[in-house]
Amino acid sequence: MHAAVIVFPGSNCDRDMAVALERAGAKVSMVWHKDTALPEGIDLIGVPGGFSFGDYLRCGAIAANSPICRSVVAHAEKGGYVLGICNGFQVLTETGLLPGVLLRNAALKYICKPVELTVQTSDSAFTSGYEAGQTVTFPIAHHDGNYFADAETLKRLHGEARVAFTYNTNPNGSVEDIAGVLSENRRVLGMMPHPERMAEEAHGGTDGAAMFDSLVSQVVAA
Amino acid sequence: MKARVHVMLKNGVLDPQGEAVRHALGQLGFDGVEGVRQGKVIELDLAETDAEKAREAVTQMCEKLLANTVIESYSVEVS
Repeated sequence: MHAAVIVFPGSNCDRDMAVALERAGAKVSMVWHKDTALPEGIDLIGVPGGFSFGDYLRCGAIAANSPICRSVVAHAEKGGYVLGICNGFQVLTETGLLPGVLLRNAALKYICKPVELTVQTSDSAFTSGYEAGQTVTFPIAHHDGNYFADAETLKRLHGEARVAFTYNTNPNGSVEDIAGVLSENRRVLGMMPHPERMAEEAHGGTDGAAMFDSLVSQVVAA
Repeated sequence: MKARVHVMLKNGVLDPQGEAVRHALGQLGFDGVEGVRQGKVIELDLAETDAEKAREAVTQMCEKLLANTVIESYSVEVS
């Protein structure tokens, strides 16, 4: 499986994501935001955490309009896989690939700690290594992780089982405890918590490894 | 021409920053502040000299970048 990890000025989880993907067996190419095209034969695009463009205007808004993001959107529109973590999730909502938006945390504080999540669906290449209902622990590290979507969007997300993860104890005010959502074709996942920072023993836990393992095995098979 | 864009969170979207400002005003002794909503003002200098065209262009800018219409509303003044 060949993955591309996009690097924006201000990205700071790009190497973590690359290491997690490589550990699972993927070949990883780092792609700079000014590049207009992805390398040939990319199966998965990772949009990493960080503070792209200093979070100016809105989190992810400038990154979502950078040249490479046109290629990310085109990749997703032809059925390609995209994983956006933390700032990457914010970027994907700004591109319109995922519904909703991430607002400032309800308590206005930056939060950096491990949190318990419930896997809501195992029906995706990202979550098939988990059981629905399983509790996992991933770290969060964000100031703007308060997921918001209007009632109609929430109803659609639930109806199509597109909520991938929920917080067991809501840390940031997210509507209905939502921590991660899938696209309609289930090939784009955005989530605020960091599975790539819980993917090997040295991280203090390995709950995140199953996401990268299942991506590498399933996306290659597809 | 100059254009000024006001971007505000839509009604119904919780504004924790506005709420924190309201709380701080109360602590300073400003009683009776029943609500605070915080937004953004963006000023643009435009080469365009036709007001209608300028307004149209700035509206496009709002839709594409300056506002996220999922949660924000905007208004455009041209002068």
